[in-house]
Amino acid sequence: MTTPPQTDNAPPAGVTRRQFLQNGLWGLAVAAVGAITGLAASRSSRSSHFWQLDPAKCVQCGRCETACVLTPSAVKAVHAYALCGYCKLCGGYHQPQAQRIDTAAENQLCPAGALIRTFIEDPFYEYTINEERCIGCAVCVKGCSQFGNGSLFLQVRHDRCVNCNECAIARVCPAGAYRRVPADHPYLLKGSPEAHA
Amino acid sequence: MTRPHRLVGLWLGVCAWAMALPSGAVQRFPRPDFKTDYVSPELLLPGPGGPMLEVLDVAVLAAALALAGWFALRQRSRQGLLLLTLFSLGYFGFWRHGCVCAVGAVQNLALGWADASYTIPVTVIAFFVLPLLATLFFGRVFCASVCPLGAVQELALWRPVRTPAWLNHTLGLLPWVYLSVAVLFAATGAGFLICEGDPFVGFFRMGAPFHMAITGALFLVASLFIGRPYCRFVCPYGALLGLLSRVSRRHVTITPDACVQCRLCEDACPYGAIRSPLPAAAPEARATGVRRLALILAAVPLIAIAAAATGFVFGNFLSRAHPRVALALEIHREAANTAQPMSLEREAFFTSGLPTEALYNDARTIQGRFAVGGTLLGALLALTVGAQLIGLSLWRSRTDYEPDRARCFSCGRCFAYCPVGRKPQETPK
Repeated sequence: MTTPPQTDNAPPAGVTRRQFLQNGLWGLAVAAVGAITGLAASRSSRSSHFWQLDPAKCVQCGRCETACVLTPSAVKAVHAYALCGYCKLCGGYHQPQAQRIDTAAENQLCPAGALIRTFIEDPFYEYTINEERCIGCAVCVKGCSQFGNGSLFLQVRHDRCVNCNECAIARVCPAGAYRRVPADHPYLLKGSPEAHA
Repeated sequence: MTRPHRLVGLWLGVCAWAMALPSGAVQRFPRPDFKTDYVSPELLLPGPGGPMLEVLDVAVLAAALALAGWFALRQRSRQGLLLLTLFSLGYFGFWRHGCVCAVGAVQNLALGWADASYTIPVTVIAFFVLPLLATLFFGRVFCASVCPLGAVQELALWRPVRTPAWLNHTLGLLPWVYLSVAVLFAATGAGFLICEGDPFVGFFRMGAPFHMAITGALFLVASLFIGRPYCRFVCPYGALLGLLSRVSRRHVTITPDACVQCRLCEDACPYGAIRSPLPAAAPEARATGVRRLALILAAVPLIAIAAAATGFVFGNFLSRAHPRVALALEIHREAANTAQPMSLEREAFFTSGLPTEALYNDARTIQGRFAVGGTLLGALLALTVGAQLIGLSLWRSRTDYEPDRARCFSCGRCFAYCPVGRKPQETPK
């Protein structure tokens, strides 16, 4: 390779050699791309993976609200009704310093008014989440985990999530709670979803 | 947050019966027995959208690549390429929000190769491989009018400033550095660097974190004057495409027929990808050239060893970017200093109840991987530089103006400058 081709000789011979080299390198490149594809295909799956957060690891830091590429975040609070105690004074709903146990705005924890409190029967109240309003700040989740059953928790809602190649929240999650989950089990729920069916 | 004072008693009163229950219960307040026929609402769990859209993405990508090849090689139509550029910007950029993209797909492959628990989606493999294959047949037509990042810069170029060749060659090494560091990061699980460094995804999504918005704005302003700064000096995928484009079956030509050496196209390329003719004989004695080549060939292994050693040290430094290593270092550093306010990461770790030793072991394993990866990375980069030096020191005669296959984006700007192709228009009737 170190001896350059003798240019003053017959030029067609040089051309064919260069052509031969070019063809050989092309074949090599095709083989390399093929090998990479094969190697990748052996580690691939038909179904895609989706980002989800593990509520058991979540520390309710509030970064889900701010780090998501969507505004408002694709992470929302969800409620496992099977775990809920239906308390009149709800650690997830009421301010710790609340003056009265009612639905007045100043007594509510949720900054977006997304947690809805409905009377069922004395002394039980149902708490539902208005997903349109929820910003995924985890304030209610923190309150519920600290003072209640922990029936409120965060989940990535797949009807909103755009499934970034690397989730922007996963990148900053202090608890490492985010991971890729298979498409057939896209939620990591507290309790079982069948429990209240 | 302050704890409730006034209401604690009331709260306990409301749920007092809960406390009387066996202590084995997991719930603090068990689900009540409703006297009314109350039924809990169904917990709605909307699934992710079906794979239809992803199949469509791959189909559109394949079609766009074929179309770009046809416009560039057969039709020689800059207009067609531009229209396709606009379409790609709209489809892959603003509609699909630039994710998943071919540029970042290499990270998924690296992660899939290093982490057995991660499976690579078929879509991502298709996005990685299809442009490579297209390049092997047609040259970098993917860059020309399929890549949305390239499209932004192609359309933004307003007053091109020619950058000197030495700068092009030097900065042209950066994509290799970026590629190897990104692969190292992805393979060690430290994150997807290319995604975080994506210059224009913020525009596509109409929202970005501050640092990404600033990077994007800087690249946009730069690309008004400098032709495709991201593609030429940053894009890690472009490095791969450039390599494959050198040996592509077919490639865009400046002239549709024989070059007449009119020099009109010389300044046509804002990307410095047109190579001018060179005489058959080198402007130096043959012995000088041979001696230089021998010197470079002898120096490359030495440089590679030195670079590998540097990479070993540098890998250790880079490993701090991995969240586990960063956390381990922080906990180790702050073990004595309890006065420091606790970071969220540290707090989360202590909440998890894992032993610190497990974290340290994790961190050591990751650091080891970074050291190995860094060594390889350094050696590989040295070989890249060596190959570049060897390429620069070889004298290759050229009779015509021709595109530099590695750097040419097949954008078709030069077509209009070649008088050979314009003959029919110049002679009316």
